[in-house]
Amino acid sequence: MLTDDLLWMLYRRMFQIRYVEESFLRLYDRGLIFGTVHTCIGQEVSAVAVAQALDADKDIVWSNHRGHGHYLAFTGDLKGLVSELLGKASGVCAGIGGSQHLHSGNFYSNGILGGTVPCAVGCAYAEKYKGSGGIVAVYFGDGALAEGIVYESFNIASLWELPVLFVLEDNGIAQSTPKQYEHAGEFAARGESFGIQTTRMHTGDVLTVYGASCSIVDEIRRVSRPQLLVLNTHRFAPHSKGDDTRDPKEILALRSRDPIGLHREQLRACDEERLDRLEHEVVHQIDACVAAAIVDDGLEPDQFLANSDSR
Amino acid sequence: MTYLESLNSGLRELMEEMPQVIVFGEDLLDPYGGAFKVTRGLQRDFPQRVLTTPISEAALTGIANGMALRGLRPVLEIMFGDFLSLCMDQILNHGAKFRTMYNNTVTVPVTIRTPVGGGRGYGPTHSQCIEKLFMGIPEIRIVAPSLFCDAGRVLRHAVLDDKFVLFLEHKLLYSLDLLSAAAGLGVETVKDELGYPTALVRNYDSGYPDVTLITYGGMTRFVVSVLQRMAEEEIKVLACIPTLIKPLPFDLLRSAADRSGRVVVAEEGGLHWGWGAEIAARMQESLFGRLRAAVRRVGAVDIVIPAARTLERAVLPADTDIENAIFEVLK
Repeated sequence: MLTDDLLWMLYRRMFQIRYVEESFLRLYDRGLIFGTVHTCIGQEVSAVAVAQALDADKDIVWSNHRGHGHYLAFTGDLKGLVSELLGKASGVCAGIGGSQHLHSGNFYSNGILGGTVPCAVGCAYAEKYKGSGGIVAVYFGDGALAEGIVYESFNIASLWELPVLFVLEDNGIAQSTPKQYEHAGEFAARGESFGIQTTRMHTGDVLTVYGASCSIVDEIRRVSRPQLLVLNTHRFAPHSKGDDTRDPKEILALRSRDPIGLHREQLRACDEERLDRLEHEVVHQIDACVAAAIVDDGLEPDQFLANSDSR
Repeated sequence: MTYLESLNSGLRELMEEMPQVIVFGEDLLDPYGGAFKVTRGLQRDFPQRVLTTPISEAALTGIANGMALRGLRPVLEIMFGDFLSLCMDQILNHGAKFRTMYNNTVTVPVTIRTPVGGGRGYGPTHSQCIEKLFMGIPEIRIVAPSLFCDAGRVLRHAVLDDKFVLFLEHKLLYSLDLLSAAAGLGVETVKDELGYPTALVRNYDSGYPDVTLITYGGMTRFVVSVLQRMAEEEIKVLACIPTLIKPLPFDLLRSAADRSGRVVVAEEGGLHWGWGAEIAARMQESLFGRLRAAVRRVGAVDIVIPAARTLERAVLPADTDIENAIFEVLK
């Protein structure tokens, strides 16, 4: 793809994720989303850049509690996601899983931090064993990096030479706790100590992260060895809802370096009309999707309860 | 054929027939062949599909989950059942959840095999039957072959089961011969709705039993001697021995209980909050008014399992405890 087209396409995907997440916050405020919602506002680059480097037909993505962006970027399934958050039978998991528990095709997520990492390693084993040529990307945050099972998984993935891309989204904050209260040592050294080649980069520019992701994914596919990609990113929104205790000035400062905003300015300078058209299309598509999902039915309780094995 | 030989040949047959079966766990390299030798010879003959692993039970369980989601049938050996605590999150919040929370679009056919139980002086952390900690987890299956079934066939059924299965092998059964028939006892096997065998063992030829004994796994090593002794006392006992212990093949248990109206439930795990408690509750829900005595439970004293022989004996249930419970329900 030409760099120009690529820039527009990557922007479209990031903007879609941003607008969907903002829509979810509004739906939550209106009482239309039951439970909770963890948005990835500010972190869209890592979702889009890595997913774009993968082959959705054969590669696999494992995601976490903050996975809407990962899901959209990898599957493109807007309707399934929106309906799932609204608890509808038309949702990708019929409203059973909800925000944190999504599965469609080769995408899986779960809400237990770190627990997805060995599952991803097991998937990588299976794909290698079957000779499918697929690799597995697993996203987790700096918070999850304090879970012991992550290190057991690093060890085995390296020992068994499995095709796994560990994507550490380091947003520097675990729910409400800044990183300096959670971690000793260097993140990059975590992977290197297990013989896992590690790349560390900022997520200011999606094209750069996309390019690096492509090289890493190709290398993993070629040599069947795990790699760790540490992405420095920033979460602009609260952990879930209304639980952000950070200084608003700090968040404003982060937003002033918003990778989507910077990318947008670049495109605006290039073709303002095209940008307006693109944004209008995306907004219209999402608004229509939300409006349709709101009036969808939920799964019948009896239909769900038939799954029980109480005997 | 011994219980161990049956398991070993059952695994071998599975591996020969199904390339999706991957066996892995700690110390599985031959000639060592696993701590209890259940997999002996398999790593030598299937070097690509029998993996010896780091000591990482939590991650290994997650890896089994991932393999199973992508079409394999992993058989994970956990060296001692006591270590299942390390696997808990991957069972409870991952393997047991995926199928339903992803709206039945996946299956997670994992089998975790593990040796359980005491009687060998291994002390507090290598002697337990902790399955009751897992019995409350929806959607998983817990299977414990007894001496009265072909353990290898049961293992095959568990591996082919599309649900997550905990497969419990009692250490003291490994060296014992399978019992398809025993002196003076009738042995009949029926299959439950999910295809797992339940053995019905009796010490009488005709009429109704006086007492129904419901038990599983390692406790079945006492069944022959208890039933023979009760025959000497002219007490007719029907032992009902499921291999699927969770969910319960309750129709089979209820009909066995209804034949006598007197029920003893025996398990090796701690007496309280366990399998026997669930069965007793369900018996009174479904047979209240037909029971002729309160259900009696037999289990271990709820305390650390000590290493010293005489102390361990004081904690774990034995044949005399079952006999005393039988006398108790006949009072």
